[in-house]
Amino acid sequence: MNLDWNFIIKYAPLYVEAAKLTVFIAFWGILLAFAVGVLCSAALYYKVPVLRRIIQAYVELSRNTPLLVQLFFLYFGLPNIGIVLSGEACAMIGIAFLGGSYMTETLRSGLESIDKIQEESAASLGFNKWLTMKEIIFPQAMAVSVPGICANVIFLIKETSVVSGIALADLMYVAKDLIGLYYKTDEALTMLVISYLMILLPVSAAATILERRLRHAGFGN
Amino acid sequence: MADEDRIMLEIAGLKKKFGEDVILDGVDLTINKGEVVVMLGSSGCGKSTLLRCINGLESFDEGSIRIDGEEIVSGSKAMTHLSQKIGMVFQSYDLFPHRNILDNITLAPVKVQRRAKEDARAQAEQLLRRVGLWEKRKAYPRELSGGQKQRVAIVRALCMNPEIMLFDEVTAALDPEMVREVLDVMLELAQGGMTMLIVTHEMGFARAVADRIVFLDEGKILENLPAETFFNNPSTQRAKDFLQTFEFKKH
Amino acid sequence: MRASGIEVLFLGSNFARLVEGLWVTVRISLLAVLLSLLLGILFGLFMTLQNPIARAVSRVYLEFIRIMPQLVLLFIAYFGVTRAFGWNWDAEFSAVLVFTLWGTAEMGDLVRGALKSIPQHQYDSAYALGMNRRQTFLYIIIPQTLRRLLPPTINLTTRMIKTTSLVVLIGITEVLKVGKQIIDVNRFQYPTASLWVYGAVFVLYFLACWPISLLAKYLEKRWR
Repeated sequence: MNLDWNFIIKYAPLYVEAAKLTVFIAFWGILLAFAVGVLCSAALYYKVPVLRRIIQAYVELSRNTPLLVQLFFLYFGLPNIGIVLSGEACAMIGIAFLGGSYMTETLRSGLESIDKIQEESAASLGFNKWLTMKEIIFPQAMAVSVPGICANVIFLIKETSVVSGIALADLMYVAKDLIGLYYKTDEALTMLVISYLMILLPVSAAATILERRLRHAGFGN
Repeated sequence: MADEDRIMLEIAGLKKKFGEDVILDGVDLTINKGEVVVMLGSSGCGKSTLLRCINGLESFDEGSIRIDGEEIVSGSKAMTHLSQKIGMVFQSYDLFPHRNILDNITLAPVKVQRRAKEDARAQAEQLLRRVGLWEKRKAYPRELSGGQKQRVAIVRALCMNPEIMLFDEVTAALDPEMVREVLDVMLELAQGGMTMLIVTHEMGFARAVADRIVFLDEGKILENLPAETFFNNPSTQRAKDFLQTFEFKKH
Repeated sequence: MRASGIEVLFLGSNFARLVEGLWVTVRISLLAVLLSLLLGILFGLFMTLQNPIARAVSRVYLEFIRIMPQLVLLFIAYFGVTRAFGWNWDAEFSAVLVFTLWGTAEMGDLVRGALKSIPQHQYDSAYALGMNRRQTFLYIIIPQTLRRLLPPTINLTTRMIKTTSLVVLIGITEVLKVGKQIIDVNRFQYPTASLWVYGAVFVLYFLACWPISLLAKYLEKRWR
């Protein structure tokens, strides 16, 4: 494979800009997804009537439809009923909608894995519900959920690659553009792969270290 | 009245059902301040449920429970305040695995009772030294043996300055060689004047520690006697049969 | 009165065309799932080999496939390989190839995990009962492995169906593309068509994936 280095140097800044957009969308989308996950998993854990059913329906809907279709609906469909969102907003909401259900499932199973006796011994020490959750249950559930949360984060960063489908100038979009304009396929794809590796490898490495530290220094039973 | 001032725990006509099963069938029990009561009975007789009702972990259907004159209502707002007066130690090690030993003990005094950190620490130190575990204060629960964990659980409950301590078969899950170290702590506590209600299967210990024995069978209190009287001369056949199961004779 | 957008779904053969469009993606994913099952089992066994070269190779393959977004892989297969080797693959072939490569990696890892999760004492007690290696695998290990394997494999199927929605981005005419055509044709008569059409696509995907997810959940509960 003979790469045209002049071409790569010339267009690398485009990839840097695109990578910034990808990271920006992923960061806020994942943060929102995590918030959704915390709230929904808490509602499921406490078996809040009605709300619990709604959340279950949301989780099923979100997990059984592709992000690209969700984005098309948000970006092209909703303006018809007067909801006009920017591409970036759609992308972040889409990631939050999709990721929220994954985070909910991960955190819920984390919460449920904590032994009932923990709640009871907290109650017998006079902890109210909120303190019990904040000091006893949630920290333990978080620790149990770390591997799942890390997997979700990586999954969601990868999923952002579909936002080019709603005309956002992310990494995929730039690569496709360069291929279409200059036929520099090898160069465009090589830069694409390298860009994603530069985003995802550090995240994946950090996840591995975090999981390992938790397992070694951790308190597990 | 002087008599009422002496009462720590007062249970009257307590009934509890799980579906069709009657677990507690009209329990009356009064424990005075400073008294040590051991509750005996075969498994499934309702001992644990009774303790859980006293602590507000379980609701009940009829009757009343009063601690120091205040009524226990499971799940009520007042319960978080009341359960601070009641220390409980469970059979399974219920320490918080994500906190070290010292934090396990000081968490509730600081967060629930809003005491100063230094104050809680000082008391924790004194209690931990008493049970010989001060050097383990930075360890996590999983690094401790079963007996050590139970001693910490007792200290954790004591650090809330409870007025009565409940023990639910705290040595049942322990290896035999660790039972002693836990029972010694409880014995010392009893001699120090703590009001205690103990569920146990350790007969020798029961005899040594108890002022009074309560014998529970099928959700009813069949015997409520001074310890010596109960062991030497139980009045019901059920209690005699029960005590017999702990004796071994060579035929 | 202006026409309500929902009618556009039932205009002419529109609905049938949408379902046909969905079938394109489902067909691609089912083909890929089938190939991934076969190759994935082989890959999973390959990964349990003690040979260090086999381990390194399978590790690199698994990690690369896993860390790359599927869309990137799809671009490499569709745009890259075509040019680099002068092979003119059509988009659908590229898609099946990419999803098979991906599915093989995921399936292989599931197989490896399931095999590893059978505790040693299961082998030991089978041997202790006088079974030979073949009998041990046939009667003890494989049935247990299958039970552990089936729910995540079914989940992988729904993941593949969902991921196949990406093929619209390499120009395959599937349900989203058909939807766009319907919207464009009816732009003036039904200006709100996009809401209903994309809503319908959303529901169609859900109806395709949900029953499969339910089956996986059911099996997981039953076989726990």
